[in-house]
Amino acid sequence: MLVGPALILLGTVYLYPLARLLVLSLTGGADGAVGFGAYRRFLESSVYLGVLLRTFRISLVVTAVCLVMAYPVSYVLSRVGSLTFRVIMVFVLLPLWTSILVRTYAWMVLLQANGVLNNLLRRLHVIDEPLRLMYNEAGVVIGMAQVLLPFAILPVFASLRNIDPRLHAAAQVMGAGPWRRFRAVTLPLSLPGVAAAGLLVFVQALGFFIIPALLGGSRVITLAMVIETQVVDLLDWSLASSMAMVLLVVTVVLVVGFDRLLGLDKVWV
Amino acid sequence: MSRSLVTLVGVSKTYGRTVAVNNVSLEVGEGEFVTLLGPSGSGKTTTLMLIAGFERPTGGEILVRGESVVARPPEKRDIGMVFQSYALFPHMTVFENVAFPLRTRRVTGPEVAKRVDEVLTAVRMSGLGARYPRQLSGGQQQRIALARALVYRPSLLLMDEPLGALDKKLREEMQSEIKSLQRELGITTLYVTHDQQEALALSDRIAIMNGGDVIQTGSPLALYERPATGFVAGFLGDVNLLEGVMAEAARGLLRVQIVDGPEVLTLGEQPLAPGKRVRLTIRPERLEIGSTELAVPNAWRGRVREVVFHGELVRYGVEVESRVVLRVTRPFRGPDTLFARGEEIWLTSRPEDWRLFA
Repeated sequence: MLVGPALILLGTVYLYPLARLLVLSLTGGADGAVGFGAYRRFLESSVYLGVLLRTFRISLVVTAVCLVMAYPVSYVLSRVGSLTFRVIMVFVLLPLWTSILVRTYAWMVLLQANGVLNNLLRRLHVIDEPLRLMYNEAGVVIGMAQVLLPFAILPVFASLRNIDPRLHAAAQVMGAGPWRRFRAVTLPLSLPGVAAAGLLVFVQALGFFIIPALLGGSRVITLAMVIETQVVDLLDWSLASSMAMVLLVVTVVLVVGFDRLLGLDKVWV
Repeated sequence: MSRSLVTLVGVSKTYGRTVAVNNVSLEVGEGEFVTLLGPSGSGKTTTLMLIAGFERPTGGEILVRGESVVARPPEKRDIGMVFQSYALFPHMTVFENVAFPLRTRRVTGPEVAKRVDEVLTAVRMSGLGARYPRQLSGGQQQRIALARALVYRPSLLLMDEPLGALDKKLREEMQSEIKSLQRELGITTLYVTHDQQEALALSDRIAIMNGGDVIQTGSPLALYERPATGFVAGFLGDVNLLEGVMAEAARGLLRVQIVDGPEVLTLGEQPLAPGKRVRLTIRPERLEIGSTELAVPNAWRGRVREVVFHGELVRYGVEVESRVVLRVTRPFRGPDTLFARGEEIWLTSRPEDWRLFA
């Protein structure tokens, strides 16, 4: 009974459109007949396949960057007192409460050829020519990693905090120094959290649109951007739908696989 | 007592204004089994943590073989420890758990397997090396924790309420196993518990703690028979605690008038002035119940108010002079030896079984 409203909402604004999308993707042959025509047009085009691969590549790099940056932050978070914890947590969560457009334009101000960062580096004589930090994959990765970092920090932090401190005490009394305690106890027991963080970041990164569009310009086309072009400019709804379905299937496979291997509860516990 | 392995000299630990451990001095001899016994919050676990090195004392010295270890971190103290929660590594097999301390000591190759096998056999857990801790019962996890603490033959074994999570029957079984292992290996052991039965059964010596202080140290028998304070008497075993007033003291024989009760004849050297208020204790199993009057000192008329049958023993509540109720424990020797509720009986006690505290 209590989940009723949520079910109705999910059904009308999520499941129904999804079903329509599925139907659209399957009725997209050249002659409008039922079949896998749209999927064939998508997966047999080297251009679109290149976009798909780039989308995966960027998502993977973003995931890796996020995990590498998140682990030390989470580690510190799991070890500090409550005041320091709250201060760091505000900084971790603050980006989540800021509009993604605002943040992306802020990155543009920072990263462009005459931007804050390049001017600073030139003034310090670190570089002569401005670094190309925008309108390429580097810029997209920087922007996406910042947005997705909290989603990496929280699960890793949760898994680190859940490690029984007596395990460290036990390892210590048995003669393990700090490095060995980290390698033998902390790291392996936090890996499920790291995997959960990786899943959360990767799945979200697959569908990013605004950041690649603004920071990548016309050079870094991702699948979400192609889908937008198909719908808005070319009105090819069935091709767009087939691309969306492919992304959905990849996501579902990853989530189900993760649940089978480690259990989805690792994402928030 | 043999040569001292661990010596605490006036050790204190305060957290802000709270005193957790107050000026504790204690010696643990080589091969000895010493128990810190006390209620929760008495400072016994903090004392253990100070010896392990997880806490630093705010005063005093901790010596191991005469050398101060206060500045040494836990990993450099050559200590084995069994935690109440066992603290087994959930991501490692039993074998890897037990091998862990060997690996930190750079033992390698077949030597690791040999010593793990040996110690698993000693705790009767051989053949379970490939299991994970979550696949084991509480008692089995307990044995693995013990094996892991023994495998590197540390000079001192610390145990923090290791049997607290087990049920009664298993606890008693593990007690005798721990005791025989300890005796066999001759390993110096410092044990923390709040369970007086456990302390009595295991220890060579017991240190009773309360409120951060060590109240009394001695063998189980000495503490049970000659408690230094009413607290020790009450904490170690069961006692009847009564208020009394000194009536007469002469040549080691004391007469004490129990408040609202009969007069007791006891032994005692204390030169206490008549009229002084004292506390008296006697253990329930030192009181005798009979149906006929005996010509002995401390023979009182009483009435059975309560009978509780415990199997091997029976507990009575006996009312004396209609005001004082004494608890009496008798072994159960058959249904015809039971006294019934409301029955008039004679209660007797030997003068030497009473203890007096000023």
